[in-house]
Amino acid sequence: MSTRVVRGTMASKVFAVVALVAVIALAALPSWGSVSLQRKMVELLTLVALAVMWNLLAGFAGVVSVGQQVFVGLGAYAMIALVNVHGQNLYLSVPLSALIAAAASIPIGLIAFRLRGSYFAIGTWVVAEAVSLIVILQKSLGAGNGVSLKVKGYALATRQDNSYWFALFVGVGAMVLTYLVLRSRLGLQMQAIRDSEDGARGLGANVYRTRFLVWVLAAFWTGLAGATYYLQQLRVQPAGTGGAFSVVQWTAPIIFIVVIGGIGTIEGPVIGAVLYYVLRDRFKDHQTVYLISMGVIAIGVALLLQGGIWGTIRRKFGVDLFPVRRRLVE
Amino acid sequence: MTDLLVLDHLDVGYGDFQALFSIDLHVEEAETVSIIGANGAGKSTLLKSIVGLVQPMHGDIRYDGLSIASTPAHKRVAQGIALVPEGRRIFPSLTVEENIVIGGDVGRPGPWTKQRVLEAFPLLTRLLNRSGEGLSGGERQTLAIARALMANPRLLLLDEVSLGLAPIVVRQVYEAVPVIKAHGTTVLIVEQDVNQALAVADRFYCLLEGRIALTGTPRDVTKEQITEAYFGMAGGSH
Amino acid sequence: MVWANAIIQGVLLGGLYALFATGLSLAFGVMRLVNLAHGDLAIFAAFMTLSISRTLDVNPLVALLIVIPAAFVVGYLLQRLIFDRVVGVDPAFQIVATFGLGIVIQNALLERYTADTQGLNVGTLKTSTIKVNDTIGIGWLPLLTFVTAVVVLGSLALFLKRTKLGRAFRATSDDAVAARLMGIDIKRVFAVAMALAIATVALAGVLFGARSSFDPFVGPARLIYAFEAVIIGGLGSLWGTLAGGITLGVAQAIGRQINPQWGELFGHGVFLAVLVLRPTGMFGKAQTR
Repeated sequence: MSTRVVRGTMASKVFAVVALVAVIALAALPSWGSVSLQRKMVELLTLVALAVMWNLLAGFAGVVSVGQQVFVGLGAYAMIALVNVHGQNLYLSVPLSALIAAAASIPIGLIAFRLRGSYFAIGTWVVAEAVSLIVILQKSLGAGNGVSLKVKGYALATRQDNSYWFALFVGVGAMVLTYLVLRSRLGLQMQAIRDSEDGARGLGANVYRTRFLVWVLAAFWTGLAGATYYLQQLRVQPAGTGGAFSVVQWTAPIIFIVVIGGIGTIEGPVIGAVLYYVLRDRFKDHQTVYLISMGVIAIGVALLLQGGIWGTIRRKFGVDLFPVRRRLVE
Repeated sequence: MTDLLVLDHLDVGYGDFQALFSIDLHVEEAETVSIIGANGAGKSTLLKSIVGLVQPMHGDIRYDGLSIASTPAHKRVAQGIALVPEGRRIFPSLTVEENIVIGGDVGRPGPWTKQRVLEAFPLLTRLLNRSGEGLSGGERQTLAIARALMANPRLLLLDEVSLGLAPIVVRQVYEAVPVIKAHGTTVLIVEQDVNQALAVADRFYCLLEGRIALTGTPRDVTKEQITEAYFGMAGGSH
Repeated sequence: MVWANAIIQGVLLGGLYALFATGLSLAFGVMRLVNLAHGDLAIFAAFMTLSISRTLDVNPLVALLIVIPAAFVVGYLLQRLIFDRVVGVDPAFQIVATFGLGIVIQNALLERYTADTQGLNVGTLKTSTIKVNDTIGIGWLPLLTFVTAVVVLGSLALFLKRTKLGRAFRATSDDAVAARLMGIDIKRVFAVAMALAIATVALAGVLFGARSSFDPFVGPARLIYAFEAVIIGGLGSLWGTLAGGITLGVAQAIGRQINPQWGELFGHGVFLAVLVLRPTGMFGKAQTR
């Protein structure tokens, strides 16, 4: 009788095939779907990407931030600055903006990581507010009123298709990235830290460095999602409803999505995002009541059902679509 | 004599890990009982379940004839069970005087008052205004015992009193035990220093991997019996 | 002289920030809980005061006689029903539960009161000033607010230092397990601490509503200022919180004096500078965590 370590399961293999087919179908959406569906998908995929990244931080690395909107805003405004002010190529500006967001995350992290737990969370929020205030002071970026991305010279249809494909890449890529990170050495360290911070330290894992790396990575992808979203929206404003730096616009729904879907699982944020988006669309005339209900549900999940939807399914049926956990078989 | 404390088929664990298996133990009023055993034998868990810091999975804890298995920890103190915890756990931001007084805040009447405690432990008198932080190990241990006595316990539990203290300090601390017994207080001692534990005890229990391996009075057992029960093997090859 | 005036106004405003911060500091000190709905609860109290003073036709400050005890009860129940379950677990759930509560409060206020800005009418108190000279004037309301903050912080410090329950608070803060071994019902200590936290922040919210206009969404900014005051002053020190509030108020006032848009930014700047240069704050002993 021999024992070996495996990660894949039957469910995960079936899922891999289904997922591949789904991604191909989604990539072909511009040829079969309407423009309005395409627009909706960009929004959904942005939410997926942001939720998956927040979950990578909070659910796996133990870094709970309420300030991730700063990277959405930085991604968006870096793109505005590159295109409007410096006349850079529109599409090249998207990844460049993500790099700028990632670069900004280094000093922000160095300061915010001096705080721990809940205080870290508020600390990141303060940073987001401060950056937002600085942007508001920039007249060249439209100050408090906002600004439109200059897209003259880029054909409308191409631009729409491109921003959709960007969004698809950002959404699916976020999941793939999380999966790869979790399977890597970094992922093993994160899981060790999550199980026991002191224990992981004893085994030689550098807790600070591990968290910092994930922090920068999440900032990059969050910035990418921000730039992609506003590539399609065109109009950017710093604060208020729809604001790129608004906690209510970004981080609040993301937290609800992740917690309701299942924090600390790869599948959870995706389920949460789809659920959140579909329900929001359904109740779009009752936004206030909808947000109240979401808040109440999130509180309930945090108190009573800490695994969320996917965590509960996984516990009941033992399904794992992304094989990141190693199991012993005989 | 009547039993003040009875543990009846007690199983205790944390999550998937079970630390104690079907423990039967009794302590009579005014008796001094020691619990010995190697590291990880379950001694501290036993005391924690008596004071209510961990909940038993099965079995019962009876104190003064009544089940207290579901009584919250703070109410057990009010009923007269006080623990001197492992590591002393002095409140660092309270003064020594406040550390003493807080032990009595539960409001049980009895012989121990601040004045009586200071008479019994004169070394604390000159420390009263010091903060709980930065006391020596012996001072902390003495303060922890004084603090527990302020609750006027009928049953006093001492967890690893000698741990980390110099032998001369251990002797000083243990000099308090007869004084405590003189007030009729029942004492249950958990101690890794077997000689010290047996010297003050009327009876003892030896735990091995969560089970009682040996019990009796210190006079009735041989050194070999204790070694075997302590290490779980014959002949004391350790 | 305009600078002297700016600094005086900043100090007075700092008193209000300290009052906002008191409960945050207390709850963190006693049970390591950070309530992200702290500011929203203050604004909730301001709206309640608005309704009560209109319904009963009384001065909002008289309505405090109802609002403060009600806030005390709300705090007690919040701790018992919600927060107790997220003390000592993964901080993510603490953040979700309290942040979620904040979103619920904001939107419930929006549903009931609309997004219109409101103000609490405290009559002539709002406009009366003590004129020191041509440029310096001290408003009675800011002065009253500052004095209130000092009195509340002083009373709280006395309560912690001198009473049996205050001793239990400090012991629980040091070591909750050892506190239970002293016969302290820590769940009750937690609930009373949160009750005091919400009562003080409700008072702060009403005093804020008396001097500035407010809408359902201004709570988070109050939370952020309170948090900055706590960190600048240093965790675990009530007088540090007052000093932190004053520092923040003065920084904002100086910034605003330079450029009306720079007030908040200067405040954030001082906060970030403290984090970089002295993470334990002005009076803090403990680690910032």
